Amino acid sequence: MAVLSAHPGIGSAVRGIALVARDNFSARYDLDRIKGVFSRPAHALHGQSYAGRILVLNTVKGGVASAWMLRDMAARGLIPAAFLFNRVNPIMAQGAAFAGAPLLDRFDGDVTALIRTGDELLVEPELGRVTILNR
Amino acid sequence: MRLNDEEKAMLAGEAGAPRRWAIAHQLAVGRFFDAEDLVPVSQAHIMGDTESLGEAGVAFLEGLAAAPREERRVRIPTITDPRGLDFSTYARLKQTDAMVRLEKRASDALEALGVLMTNTCINYQTVFPPVMGEHLAMGDTGVVIYSNSVMGARSNFEGGPSAIAAALTGRTPRYGYHLDERRRGTRRIVVKDRPRDWSDWGALGGITGGIAGSYWEVPVLEGIGGVPTSDELKHFGAALASYGSVALFHMEGVTPECRAAREVFNGVLPEPVVVGRADLEAFKARYAAPGEKVDVVVFAAPQLSLFELEEVAGLIDGRRVHRETALLIATSPENKAAADRMGLTARIEGAGALLLSGVCFYQSYAREMAEANGWKRLMSNSAKLVNIIGGYGYLPSLGSTAQCIDAAVAGRM
Repeated sequence: MAVLSAHPGIGSAVRGIALVARDNFSARYDLDRIKGVFSRPAHALHGQSYAGRILVLNTVKGGVASAWMLRDMAARGLIPAAFLFNRVNPIMAQGAAFAGAPLLDRFDGDVTALIRTGDELLVEPELGRVTILNR
Repeated sequence: MRLNDEEKAMLAGEAGAPRRWAIAHQLAVGRFFDAEDLVPVSQAHIMGDTESLGEAGVAFLEGLAAAPREERRVRIPTITDPRGLDFSTYARLKQTDAMVRLEKRASDALEALGVLMTNTCINYQTVFPPVMGEHLAMGDTGVVIYSNSVMGARSNFEGGPSAIAAALTGRTPRYGYHLDERRRGTRRIVVKDRPRDWSDWGALGGITGGIAGSYWEVPVLEGIGGVPTSDELKHFGAALASYGSVALFHMEGVTPECRAAREVFNGVLPEPVVVGRADLEAFKARYAAPGEKVDVVVFAAPQLSLFELEEVAGLIDGRRVHRETALLIATSPENKAAADRMGLTARIEGAGALLLSGVCFYQSYAREMAEANGWKRLMSNSAKLVNIIGGYGYLPSLGSTAQCIDAAVAGRM
């Protein structure tokens, strides 16, 4: 098992399967939140479902809407199981805190290279730790 | 985080459930960013359109609003970003009664908290301009970057829940752009050709955002050549915040913390990136679709100033919007009332356009409007809008105000 370290994060521990891209994130710009898929044509994950996956991306872009949207996504059951980024802006942290969504950033290395799509992960935000269970 | 006695009492619930939630939320965010304490803020600005809130967000607001009056009222002047729809025009845009009901519920709840429903993203032009050094909790990226950069005030991006938390506690976690050390320049851009119109300023913002690429980068621009107007800086900042998630820029000889570029860098100046006319044109060419039918032309994001409304009115005088194209213009309620009084609304709407009050296109159920009206190809002079709207299923193009008006009249790019 490989263990990755990050800055202590937000939310509770969770297990799940990774969905990884070297791209950025905005709930408003990138998602069809009704269908639970990436809808922005230029996004590396265009057309892919994010619900229940551990989303691994580079950083957060754009506006403030994600701060509200994550909670509504959670209420409708169409939200990633956790969010892992290299670095987030305040909106992502505020949205995760408001939604109770697990969030980690500031890893020892490029998290989009350290984790591959399909990896099984244990995410422990309070400890700032992600364990890749299948490697 | 270090808390004083008043803050400890709020966390213990002694000031009621809303303030207990608010300060607990602020502690979670503050710890994530290693804030040492909370800083008092003098204004809060809430992004609260219902397309973003959803049913869950509205129910949350109603929960706060149900608390006893002394427990739920905001402690500092608190205003709002554009709403999800304009109650006087929603039917013409084929927005639904269900959207109206949700919007009304959200407005009622915010008013019960004591929030002033300004419904604007240009509050720095129309409501109460920030002051240098003033700590704020601003809830719109364009408002934050303008307040920080042009005014020299201090705010992070405060999403709706965090802006409400700041309104309830009167403070916010002290991290990011509240701190002197975070406001130093990190990227250097030399501008060779001054932007000519608002779409050019947006293009420069978009290019700069791509170079910066992160909330934590502070681009410093040199070579602008003369002081830009408030509207030019508005379009530049809004695009920079949108493309780069940037919250602060410095502009040599223009913004108050940067009389000279060397003042805002620690140590040796970094090598600059040079941006010229060809870069601005290449940026706009990414969205070009010459000859294509255009479904909707939008002036918004940010809402238009009175001067922008006057320019639009002048360009459309004596002309008529094509019958298969919609021309939508969004401004603040204050500017709408002024435009009504000064005859600008009559000139704009007399040509077949629609002047919307207190909304901004992308925050107004843009996906549902596209489906209901059969809109696909959108044209705007706002780089910010062009950047956002692709995710809602539109094919956007960026042009000057005059090019946008020409397209609206011809029905084609």
